[in-house]
Amino acid sequence: MTLFEAWLPVILPVIFALVMISVFMGMCAYAVLAERKICSYIQGRVGPNRTRLPLIGNVPILGDFLTGLGIFQPAADGLKFLFKEEITPGHVKLGYYYLAPIIALTPALTTMVVLPFGRYVDAAGVVQPLALANLDVGFLFILAISSLGVYGIVLAGWASNSKYPFLGAIRSSAQMISYELALGVSILPVFMWSAAPGSEYGMSLFGVVQAQETLWIGIWQPLSALIFLVAIFAETNRLPFDMAESETDLVGGFHTEYGAFKFGLFFVAEYAHIIMGSAIFVLLFAGGWHFLPGLADPWPAGPVGAVLSVLWFLAKIAFMIFFFIWIRWTLPRFRYDQVMSLGWKILLPLAVGNLVFNTLLIALIDAL
Amino acid sequence: MATTKVIERKPLTFAEKTFLPQIATGLKTTFGNMLKKPITLQYPEERPVIPDNYRGVPTLVKDPNGREKCVSCQLCEFVCPPKAIRITPGEINAEAEPDRAHVEKAPQEFEINMLRCIYCGFCQEVCPEEAIYLQDVFSLSGYSREEMINKKDKLYELGGTLPDEHFKWDKKKAAELSGNPEH
Repeated sequence: MTLFEAWLPVILPVIFALVMISVFMGMCAYAVLAERKICSYIQGRVGPNRTRLPLIGNVPILGDFLTGLGIFQPAADGLKFLFKEEITPGHVKLGYYYLAPIIALTPALTTMVVLPFGRYVDAAGVVQPLALANLDVGFLFILAISSLGVYGIVLAGWASNSKYPFLGAIRSSAQMISYELALGVSILPVFMWSAAPGSEYGMSLFGVVQAQETLWIGIWQPLSALIFLVAIFAETNRLPFDMAESETDLVGGFHTEYGAFKFGLFFVAEYAHIIMGSAIFVLLFAGGWHFLPGLADPWPAGPVGAVLSVLWFLAKIAFMIFFFIWIRWTLPRFRYDQVMSLGWKILLPLAVGNLVFNTLLIALIDAL
Repeated sequence: MATTKVIERKPLTFAEKTFLPQIATGLKTTFGNMLKKPITLQYPEERPVIPDNYRGVPTLVKDPNGREKCVSCQLCEFVCPPKAIRITPGEINAEAEPDRAHVEKAPQEFEINMLRCIYCGFCQEVCPEEAIYLQDVFSLSGYSREEMINKKDKLYELGGTLPDEHFKWDKKKAAELSGNPEH
């Protein structure tokens, strides 16, 4: 027993991490399903509605209903990726070729370490975040790690050793680097307001959420929210900016030469980025787990309240994922030069202007 | 000469330059689409409505009395552009079928090679007896080349019976019996 107690501080975080990864991967799988279903609804189709698991699928009404919703489809998709033949083209640079999908997925999974996804009230009556690690520099950590995602794409393009993946990788790295500037600058006002000098939270995401008890930041900082949202779309390589893949002119973009499970990793990484992007947007601008603007924290103090806060946070994320998909099937793609000019000539100056304006405003308020 | 009128293009308003109202309109449109019923059919369970003049698989039909109409004149075989039809003509056995004996000929074997058929409908157009029709069968598959050649019994099975106003052979028989020398 004592040995167990001694090891508990080591075992517990590992278990928490595993649980969080499983939930997260499950969300990725169902984000793929959501994408397929929503796009087919928008296009007047039905979407996946045939996959049926033996036991649950045979329950009279429920089974048909779930099958029609395609609930079992992710299992079939995952198994397909697992059992497909692993084809490695002869002309690739082997080491980097295998490394690239791993590097693409790792940052997305790493950033969720600092992601607070709910709150609980501890014994002393203080509200504490539910997170694997509540770092003071939480958001800096996310910015630093998520920028590494571009290496996965560049490496994939380069290691594939053929034209289209290379072009796709070049394009998307240029795009991601351009939009990262606007992204970083656009959230500075958020932290200037929420983490004033002397605040106890620093740059942790928990602090930002706690600062939104009265009013969500997205409501009174709409410009920051807009720039951040557009930049997140660009960072996740989603459709209005899908320079990396651009099926129409680059075959498949950076993952043209990939198949089976390696492609599956890229695919999951894309959706992992979407979920992370949604989560960060919800935390920074849409009040995290706070119920509604003005009605911050109606949850009870016990474990029920903690679960409710997590569920409400997940509901907000689900809406953001829906929004990502909705935008994808609404807007046509930008041309490459339009993407660049939007990033450099419009979003970046806007973000800088926004920063300067907010700085002056804070200085003015301090002086009064 | 027509004069060209140059229409002034209105400069974009600030709201239009940001694209945001347009994006909102687009989102509204797609959301509306999401609420509509899907327009696709769940194919093997639901079948599309086939119009009457559809040119499907060519079939042989029988008249309402259940007699075969084809007299093996071989016009369809002649007109068939890809030479998909092959007919082996045969005599009608007068003793076995006395009420049809005056027709004299019927196909002994009738083959349509569906690997060659181009569904042009010339056979239906040329047939003087209205015995061959392109009907509503549109999905056809088989495991071997032999399976894809429709034999006579298969053609009649696919064709069935179609309504027929003429009853040409009944009239001919009546004319023959009533002793019209001109017939």
